[in-house]
Formats: sequence, structure tokens, C-alpha cells
Amino acid sequence: MNLNLQKDIFLGFFRAGMLGYGGGPSSIPLVHAEVVKKYKWMTDEEFSDVLALGNSLPGPIITKMGGYIGYRVGGVIGLLNAVLATVLPTVLIMIGLIGTLSRFQDSPIIKGMTQAVAPVVGVMLFSLAYSFAKKAKFDFGWIVTLTLSILSLISYQFMNIHPGFIIGALLLYGLLGGKVKVVTEKEMEK
Amino acid sequence: MLIYWQIFLAFFIPAIVGYGGGPAFIPLIRNEVVNTYGWVTLEKFAELLAIANSLPGPIATKIAGYVAFQVGGVIGVIVALFALIAPSLLAMLFLLGLLNKFKDSPRVKVMTGLIRPTIAILLGVLAYEFFFKSWVSIGSVHTIIIIVLSFLFLERWKMHPVYVIIGSLFYGAFIIA
Repeated sequence: MNLNLQKDIFLGFFRAGMLGYGGGPSSIPLVHAEVVKKYKWMTDEEFSDVLALGNSLPGPIITKMGGYIGYRVGGVIGLLNAVLATVLPTVLIMIGLIGTLSRFQDSPIIKGMTQAVAPVVGVMLFSLAYSFAKKAKFDFGWIVTLTLSILSLISYQFMNIHPGFIIGALLLYGLLGGKVKVVTEKEMEK
Repeated sequence: MLIYWQIFLAFFIPAIVGYGGGPAFIPLIRNEVVNTYGWVTLEKFAELLAIANSLPGPIATKIAGYVAFQVGGVIGVIVALFALIAPSLLAMLFLLGLLNKFKDSPRVKVMTGLIRPTIAILLGVLAYEFFFKSWVSIGSVHTIIIIVLSFLFLERWKMHPVYVIIGSLFYGAFIIA
């Protein structure tokens, strides 16, 4: 067992969990900052696949991502390590300090702190979104990317179709050999 | 023994039927622990949720951990977290294992490429929700100041998010409050 690697896994997911205010999803860009940018355990593409599948399956998102990434990088111990680092610190705080916490819950300082983090998380999520869109444009050209984006936005945000179905349908389309590559920018110019 | 089985079921069911990450299936957990098993009252659950919201980290696991500890001790906590996390994590390992096996096939490349715009949209919508929530709670001035500052620090000066978040916590503690 590589102790240094396990230490990095623990620290990476500990930081992502302890700084994500507003529930699991707020930790997504933090996990990205740790595993893609800092430790370079996976590429942007792999991260987006993990995120896509994580979004298509039920259950908490951040433990799914942590568990899988921990497993890929450090085996079964890496999996347990990442999940525990994500979950345990705040569970212990919750159990151990509930009395103190309920007293401070209405304190304006605590409220201000939690509120001030939300826009930061928004900025991180937005730049992650932008980097995925840019990547898609590089692969398929902007017409396909824009079409897929608008269709996704309409079906997810305005028709309330669960993203799992959208992602599943797109995967199926790709699996059955749907034509996509033909519309890249280069070929558009011809 | 029965209590552990009940704890398992109480968190297993919300975790496998609840889509959209932890926050989306909190009501399902409430239904189990308040209505089905009566482990906590509705008022207590609301208080737990408020406290869990003001702490960092995933919310469902914090609530599950706390409730399970009250009714089943340390083993209860382990059972609850396992029920909540393991099923979907195993499915994730299986599906991504499958995907990795074929990752060099051009078809799988197209498949995973196709979902990237959708993921971008999902993250964009999530970002919008965080901005909107913040605009409602602290108003447009604070929201815009924090957005501009964190964009500069994160994207222009490439600072690690840890420091940017800690900075925003100070901003919240001293300027907003």
C-alpha cells in the first residue's frame, strides 16, 4: 500500500468535503480541483464521464464520485479512504457537536459565512461547465454542441426530464452508431 | 438486530429511489425516519436539516449519521452510511468499469463525447441555482462582489479553491454579518 498516495486521497477528499457548503453538489468543482488540477489523477474527459454516470445513478453524488475515483487511484483501500474522508468528518461534527451547533445555528456570523460561499461555488461550477462545453466544441464543432446543449437545457430545465434519461438516451444513440462526426467544423467548410 | 435492519432499510430505500444527489432525496429520508419509524419528530428533523445545512459536506450522510447514532449507536451509523452510499457506488464501479474496458473504441468515444454538452448544462444550471440562492439571501451587491472576486482569484490568478472559499467565509463572517 502506497501510504503517500493514500494520504493524498484522504487530504484531497477531506478538503473537498469540508469546504463544500450547500450539500454534496457544491463539492463537485472542489473534487475536480483536487483530482484533475492538483493531483492529476484523471483527465477532464474522464472526470466528465464520472460526473455523467454519477448524475444518472440514484444516491448521493459526491460519495459515488469519491468512491470511484478513490478506487481507480488507490484500490479498495483508496475507495474506503475517499468515502470516509468525504463523509466522516462532518458526520462526527454533527453527532458530537449538535448541542453547540444548535445554539449557533441562528448566529448571523455562521449564516453570513454559509451564504458567502454560495457565489464562489457558483463561479466554480460555471467555469467547470464552460470547460466541458469548450471540450465538446473541440470534438464535435459548435453546431452539434449548441444543439445538444439547447436540447438538454429544454428537456432538463423546462420539461423536468431527469438528466439520467437524457444521458441514457444520448449514450444509446452513440451506441447504436448515430452519426455525429460528420458535422465537425472542418467538414462544414467543404 | 431488528433495529439495524430497520436502519438499513430506512436509508437504503431513499438512496436507491432518490435521484439528483443528496439534497433531492432529503424528503424521502424524512418520510422514513419521521413517519415510518418515528425515530425523530418532524420538528427535530427540521432542526437537524437546518444544522446540516450550515455545516459543510454532503447533507444526507450527516442527517443519516446523526439519526442512526441516536437509535443504533456506532454500529447504527456504519449500517446507515453503508445503506446510503454502497448500492449506488457499486453500480457506479460496475458501469465505469464497463466503460473503461471499451474506452479506446471510437464508438465509446463518441458516446462519452455526446453527453458532455448535457453535463455542461447540468453544471451551468447548478451554478445558476447557487447564484440565484445567493441573490435571494444576501442581495445583488454582495453576490456580484463575491462573484467578481472569486472569478479573478480562481481563473485569473489560479488560486487553489481552498483559499478562495476560506476568504469568502471571512467575507461572510465580517462583512455580510
